[in-house]
Amino acid sequence: MTAIHDGETAGTEQAAEGRVYNVNGEDWDEVVGAISESAEERLVVNMGPQHPSTHGVLRLVLTLDGESVTEARVGIGYLHTGIEKNMEFRTWTQGVTFVTRMDYLSPIFNETAYCLAVEKLLGITDRVPARAQAIRVMMMELNRISSHLVAIATFGLELGATTPMLFGFREREMVLDLFEYITGLRMNMAYVRPGGVSVDLPAGAVDKIGEFLKVMPGRIQEMRKLLDENPAYTRRTKDVAYLDLTGCMALGITGPMLRAAGLPWDLRKSQPYCGYETYDFGVPIQTTCDVYGRYLVRVAEMEESLKIIGQCLDRLSGSELKGKPVMIEDKKIGWPSQLALGPDGLGNSPDHIAHIMSTSMEALIHHFKLVTEGFRVPAGQAYVAVESPRGELGAHVVSDGGTRPYRVHFRDPSFTNLQAVPATCEGGMVADVIAAVASIDPVMGGVDR
Amino acid sequence: MSTENHPDNLPGVPEEPVARHGMFGVTDSGDTSGYGRLVVRRAPKLSSARPYGGYFDEIADGLEAAAGDSYAGMVERVVVDRGELTLHVAREHLTAVMSHLRDDPALRFELSLGVSGVHYPEDEGAELHAVYHLCSITHNRRVRVEVSCPDADPHIPSTVSVYPTHDWHERETYDFFGIVFDGHPALTRIEMPDDWEGHPQRKDYPLGGIPVEYRGATIPAPDQRRSYA
Repeated sequence: MTAIHDGETAGTEQAAEGRVYNVNGEDWDEVVGAISESAEERLVVNMGPQHPSTHGVLRLVLTLDGESVTEARVGIGYLHTGIEKNMEFRTWTQGVTFVTRMDYLSPIFNETAYCLAVEKLLGITDRVPARAQAIRVMMMELNRISSHLVAIATFGLELGATTPMLFGFREREMVLDLFEYITGLRMNMAYVRPGGVSVDLPAGAVDKIGEFLKVMPGRIQEMRKLLDENPAYTRRTKDVAYLDLTGCMALGITGPMLRAAGLPWDLRKSQPYCGYETYDFGVPIQTTCDVYGRYLVRVAEMEESLKIIGQCLDRLSGSELKGKPVMIEDKKIGWPSQLALGPDGLGNSPDHIAHIMSTSMEALIHHFKLVTEGFRVPAGQAYVAVESPRGELGAHVVSDGGTRPYRVHFRDPSFTNLQAVPATCEGGMVADVIAAVASIDPVMGGVDR
Repeated sequence: MSTENHPDNLPGVPEEPVARHGMFGVTDSGDTSGYGRLVVRRAPKLSSARPYGGYFDEIADGLEAAAGDSYAGMVERVVVDRGELTLHVAREHLTAVMSHLRDDPALRFELSLGVSGVHYPEDEGAELHAVYHLCSITHNRRVRVEVSCPDADPHIPSTVSVYPTHDWHERETYDFFGIVFDGHPALTRIEMPDDWEGHPQRKDYPLGGIPVEYRGATIPAPDQRRSYA
């Protein structure tokens, strides 16, 4: 649409759509001067896909009348990586390493949704060890905290406040350190596997998480002190980007946005999975339908998550689950290799290597078959949804009876929730677009997949 | 009834079409894999009869009551599998079924979780499937609606008027599978660039990729590698 101007700043030209202004930086005076000459008040601004406040590569096309937005259009697809297609050429277990990269701020949720769907297709949902389920719940709740912290941190930064950003990322680092200690990786861990989790908690993990549980409530309080009653913050967030329950239902909005509209709909309560029905926690709601309400829901959810993590720790260190397996006993499905922490990081357990390489030919054959061929999944389709930090994350998994997924589709909440941008932004001020988009908390990796 | 080729004490020969012979894509006589006589058949098309169990019967009853006489033509097949209810709906009745599912007090599927496409190239006359997952918050239930259309006439009516959230989901399914949702307000590509040719999630669309050389050995692209099929 925009023609290239060589070396010229604030160039203008006549195009079929009207006058096009080329902005090259440090030339706003010239742009403003050129615009003030024309009688046309309507301005179409292209925001993104490289704009720092668009959460990655989201593109917004805003039609402005003065300072108010008359039309907001969203362009996505800049981060499309073909993960769903790629998975059709890998084994069921390898699929985990792909889905974890979709919504990169909530990898554990992607993995769990996918694994629960594969387990449903295999018909082994009830045979997944209780210890694995408790670890999954604990990891998901840790992940929920880290994801919400990024949401609040980047939101603060986008409104021009750097302290929430520093606080948020500092606290998130604590969660990522825990992830690194447990799984070996800070992000994209591929930790949850069909049939259980890849490795049991290492020695000392329970203590480290215990310390985290002691520190974290104070840190959340600090964040609350900083933002809850902050007039600069509340003025930018209260009554901004209003979307009520009717709008949420029509647009398929789930997660904190829906709960900020007053509906206590949380899949952990209404359609529990991984044993969530046995944990004691609340579903925070707000009825303001605005950006501030969504912020309050997220902070309160972090506090509820801490409660769940505490209960997980009690169970994991209790006599019932301590030392129990974390992978399904079925040798035809459970990953044969065990991981162990060596001097150079997490890797194949030396005991397992010694076993298959020097003592048992059958174990070697079994290992080779399961790792290269993988297991077969009976034909059929399954849809499993989990409550991710952004809403209902659904995995629609289809099998044709082979060793690879026939089709995997992720119903990512960011993708659906972004459809609310025109509904929440049109008619508002251009500055509120930033707040509205940030309150949706879209993660483009999940949107585009 | 016993015959020479089919004695009573053996299970019946499955009638499903053969998906493939052998393994690893070996077709010539030099098959040393030991799988030369393997015959793999396609999974049978499931169809469940009443009672479906659980709340599934209430959903079917509710839809039957709302639709009246046209129910038999609307719902072609009902599948209950792995604790999930799937209604295979004729495409010309899709919007009506969706409206009933959303509005009828006994059904009340207020929330749609969008559209997912699946390409079954061997399912002649119904190659392209659009799969809708609906959720009822009032009754806390789920249902899956599946619609198919032939590759030669890839048209399915749009349901954006019933569930506005399908706007982007239908665009995505069009983008990836080439299903044209008639009546969609602006059916354009959403993930792929506007001038992209082809629909990448179809099974006849190659994955792409280049062979990688590592220490003198060449590892083919993922879709060219030997596989257990």
